[in-house]
Amino acid sequence: MEKLSVEQLKAKSKLVRRHIVEMTGAAASGHPGGSLSATEMLVALYFNLMDHNPQDPQWPDRDRLILSKGHASPALYAALAESGYFDPKTLTDFRKLGSPLQGHPDRRKLPGVEASTGSLGQGLSIGIGMALARRLDKKNYYTYVITSDGEMNEGQTWEAAAMAAHHKVDHLIAFLDYNKYQLDDSTKNICDMEPVVDKWKAFRWHTFEIDGHDVKEILHAVEKAQKVKDEPVMIIAHTIKGKGVSFMEGNNAFHGVAPTPEQVQKALKELE
Amino acid sequence: MEKKLGKATRDAYGETLLEIAKIHPEVVVMDADLSKATKSVIFAEKFPERFINVGIQEANLVGVAVGLASCGKIPFISSFASFLVSKGFDQFRMGVAFSELNVKVIGSHGGISVGEDGASQMSIEDIALMTSLPGFVVIVPSDEVCTRALTLETAKYVGPVYIRTGRPKAPILYKAGTDFKIGKGVRLREGKDLTIIANGLEVFEALEAAEQLAEEGISASVIDMHTVKPLDTDLILEEARRTGHVLVAEEHQIWGGLGSAVATFLAKKHPCKMGFVAIQDTFAESGQAEELLEKYGLTHPHIIKAAKKILGR
Repeated sequence: MEKLSVEQLKAKSKLVRRHIVEMTGAAASGHPGGSLSATEMLVALYFNLMDHNPQDPQWPDRDRLILSKGHASPALYAALAESGYFDPKTLTDFRKLGSPLQGHPDRRKLPGVEASTGSLGQGLSIGIGMALARRLDKKNYYTYVITSDGEMNEGQTWEAAAMAAHHKVDHLIAFLDYNKYQLDDSTKNICDMEPVVDKWKAFRWHTFEIDGHDVKEILHAVEKAQKVKDEPVMIIAHTIKGKGVSFMEGNNAFHGVAPTPEQVQKALKELE
Repeated sequence: MEKKLGKATRDAYGETLLEIAKIHPEVVVMDADLSKATKSVIFAEKFPERFINVGIQEANLVGVAVGLASCGKIPFISSFASFLVSKGFDQFRMGVAFSELNVKVIGSHGGISVGEDGASQMSIEDIALMTSLPGFVVIVPSDEVCTRALTLETAKYVGPVYIRTGRPKAPILYKAGTDFKIGKGVRLREGKDLTIIANGLEVFEALEAAEQLAEEGISASVIDMHTVKPLDTDLILEEARRTGHVLVAEEHQIWGGLGSAVATFLAKKHPCKMGFVAIQDTFAESGQAEELLEKYGLTHPHIIKAAKKILGR
């Protein structure tokens, strides 16, 4: 696919945000906050960094993306639709009976979804498996995983962290969408995982710390991450939950609650 | 009946992996630091580049297998059934069953015949858990011949499979080279009064019981129901119609095992008198395998008693 420029990626991010608002609004359910925080990462990956082919979703040499924080599915679906995997007009079927756009990603139902997620903590392990398959098959693809700060509470995250470093798994580039909130409250108040960067370093991951809404920083970090040998990479991306919609930013009420029709209109106006 | 001990089913599994390695280049074997006990070490020594030891972490073990399977590999993953099934269950549910991926799961040290290591190491609930996952094939082989054949079948089959293997040497029931099909039970003995359906070590106990029952004029069929899911319902129905009395024997908790599966089917299709030889809603303890099987009601005298009870004798 043609690689978009930084300016084009910014415009695409706005478009993806509009889809997120419309999809969750139409479904009257879903998780807008964590979808909006992950938007630039997904846009940078699908429209610049990843080698993939919407006409051949099973192309064996493709780069892979696992949305470990499966509740951010609206952002993933919007990126897939805008990439050409399916018609963006169907995005508002999100969460409706019979639609492939399930509440959480289902690899059996939607081409382009690499892993079924929705039970937190599983994505890194699956990514390690894909990266090990690459090594066995002597291929060159990259496996990207988008994880959440809440997921760091899960024990499996740290099983995966230890194992990937021990087995020197490279071509595995993970993002931590560090929006500082989980369902019940701030990460600080529920189960504070700080010092986060030090933890990943201590687990022998190659780490980067960036502004997760700055497309240039994302591109720059991934370009460096692709050159890392014998180490898995964790890009700690500081983000804002609900980013792009003034009344959702940093407002955890929109973790798992959709905007009302009036709020949808207000949000779309802000995203023009 | 003469009891000739063969290999443990876990040994037969490990040895069969060497055959599978040659037929299926896409097979990758994984373990969670128990390869010397599960016997995946046999493969690891010969094919180190296709073996992954993740350390003591079952959830990640399953997750990594999911990633490998989604790239076309066929992971055979093993650990003790007690740890693998319970600690990897969410990953089996989401990553393997729900995702419909070709992952083969081998839980060793099934049942209470683990012996001296005690209850924490004994899986008595694995069959209930794994049969509850949509699409999973669940197999409990009885001896080394059966284990080898069904492990080879498992490699050919596309989809999730769980195989339970055992720690102790298992009595030999079959001639080398006997064919087995996933989902097709084996009638080892044909009778007219009663059908005993068993799997794992209980198949030998059932045959022993049938022989002694015959001396008392009771004629019993014995079925090796090595596949719990999909269940060989044709064979069960044929037997239930002929004998009218069905006894199920398994080295598993009475809730949710082979007995429950057979009873659910027969309740719909052909209600008849039934009995259940299984672990009676309790954990076991340390001891020798034979002592434990006797204490927890799984040896042939218990099968004979249960048979007579449902026959009203």
